Amino acid sequence: MGDELQARSRAAADVRPPAHRADTTPDTARPGTARPGTARPDVDPRGDHHGAVVELEHVTRRFGSVVALDDVSLTVGAGELVGLLGPNGAGKTTLLSLVNGLRRPDSGTVRLFGGDPRDARSRLALGSTPQETGLPPTLRVSEVVALVAGHYPSPMPTGELLDRFGLGDLARRQTGGLSGGQKRRLAVALALVGRPRVVLLDEPTTGLDVEGRHVLWQALRDYHADGATVLLTSHYLEEVEALAERVVVVGHGRVLTDGRLADVLALVTRRRVLVTLPADALTLVERLPAVETLDVVERPDGVRLTLLAADADELVRTLVARDVPFRDLEVRGASLEEAFLALTARDVALADGTLAHLEPRS
Amino acid sequence: MTAATAPARTRPFWRLALLHARLGFVETVRIPIAVLGNLLFPALALLFFVVPQRAVAGDPTNALVAVAQLGTFAVMSTCLFSFGAGVSEDRQQPFDPYLRTLPAGPGPRLTGRVLNGLLWSYFALVPVVLVGWLLTSAALTGTQALLCAALVVAVAVPFLLLGLAIGYRLSAKAAIAVVQAVLFPLAFAGGLFMPPSVFPPWLDTVSQALPSRAVRDLVVDVTAGVDAYPLALPVLLGWTALFAVLAVLAYRSDEGRRFR
Repeated sequence: MGDELQARSRAAADVRPPAHRADTTPDTARPGTARPGTARPDVDPRGDHHGAVVELEHVTRRFGSVVALDDVSLTVGAGELVGLLGPNGAGKTTLLSLVNGLRRPDSGTVRLFGGDPRDARSRLALGSTPQETGLPPTLRVSEVVALVAGHYPSPMPTGELLDRFGLGDLARRQTGGLSGGQKRRLAVALALVGRPRVVLLDEPTTGLDVEGRHVLWQALRDYHADGATVLLTSHYLEEVEALAERVVVVGHGRVLTDGRLADVLALVTRRRVLVTLPADALTLVERLPAVETLDVVERPDGVRLTLLAADADELVRTLVARDVPFRDLEVRGASLEEAFLALTARDVALADGTLAHLEPRS
Repeated sequence: MTAATAPARTRPFWRLALLHARLGFVETVRIPIAVLGNLLFPALALLFFVVPQRAVAGDPTNALVAVAQLGTFAVMSTCLFSFGAGVSEDRQQPFDPYLRTLPAGPGPRLTGRVLNGLLWSYFALVPVVLVGWLLTSAALTGTQALLCAALVVAVAVPFLLLGLAIGYRLSAKAAIAVVQAVLFPLAFAGGLFMPPSVFPPWLDTVSQALPSRAVRDLVVDVTAGVDAYPLALPVLLGWTALFAVLAVLAYRSDEGRRFR
């Protein structure tokens, strides 16, 4: 394990930062040249695609009458670690299933290393996990690893892989006899066995205890540090916070926010301040600095405002100092779920155009 | 299929196919009860219904016909169950869609499955052949025996294609029901339990249009030297082509489970 790891880190250290953008290979150039085979998450020196590992353009996917993805465009560049965040049913899993070639979009295009993910060759440098930790129960751990490893040109040795995930002692165990956490770790290990350059992880740590979660996170960080691109879904803010550099918030099949982790976190850690005002006082509030207006509801006795503020105390002090005639003050923490709702609501409002003047200032 | 022909660096087709076949076999053999019934039923039928009738068991030709019929049934039922019920059960496991995300087309996995199915077909024949050899007057020359071993593949192909069409089209519960609803009528009307010579004329006519009858007559022709009806081969090829088309269509329309 030692040599292998060292070799890899050396390779990664040699090439990483500047060469990173060149990580992809144009589809046409690949067969003869590109060693997707080496599948080291480092660099293909010849690739000069447009730097995108995963690319979705105006992708729509329906299941019957349900629109799972609605005109989604998303580009993930080489070496990025992107968290797809969103409530259940937001379309995250569907998005991954388009990228790994399991499903095809109703409209729009999906590209993986510039090729069609439904073509097996495009998936040579892709690693993903089985969902719901579904593993063939009668097969041994080492057999499952061998089955997956057999599909890749230069897989990690089973022993090294299992050690990385703390499963070294379980190689001869049938997967049906593993605990939930062990299955989960094995599932993620399977994503890495082929030394992929892009890893898709769907809720990688669901059902893990704190320690198991941290072991997995570390393994993923290490792998990403070696130069791999990672795209993971989660509905845990904590997980995305621990891993991702870029966060894409998905809701109702659309991309609601796409930004740096810090920006999305700022959105979530803000407070929601609710007040009722006479309609003519609205402009007073709108001019306040560092405040976003999330929602305005007309009522017989005025308007009910939902404000998003980085510092709720400061906002209330200002409201008082400026003699804003507010009533029914409420201050709430904006949970992740609320942040999703807020984003969704704003999204709809903006789409309608009716509340365009409420567009948040930065 | 891409894996077989494309110049890309996906792993060699046969290596992957053998890997899938080997692990598929291991998976099956670790739950032996799943295949045991399948393996034993035709031999038991031979033992209880044929061996006691000395008129059949004691006559070399009749005995051979009876063994050939039940042997054909053994292969047919193995194929329909392992491909019909087996594929649809696998499709409901989350591991199956996962395997489809690996860098290989459907070819190697399917081939592995076929190899595994053929292997189990041979296993299914062993008890029937043993009972026939030891307890009846049926006997084969060495050449005939070799020919029969090759014939197993010909018998298996149409039914494994039918199995695939069912397995990729239906959910596991529906697939098992459909396999059973297809298997037994097809076997009976195809003359695999009772020879067609005892059929009423209308059933004999219907029977000749069935793939099971065509297969049965060809097997009996090779083993016992009883001439097959002239249309047996065209009928069999026609059904095989139809089942192949259905299997491909079912595979294409399948994107794993229908829900998210």
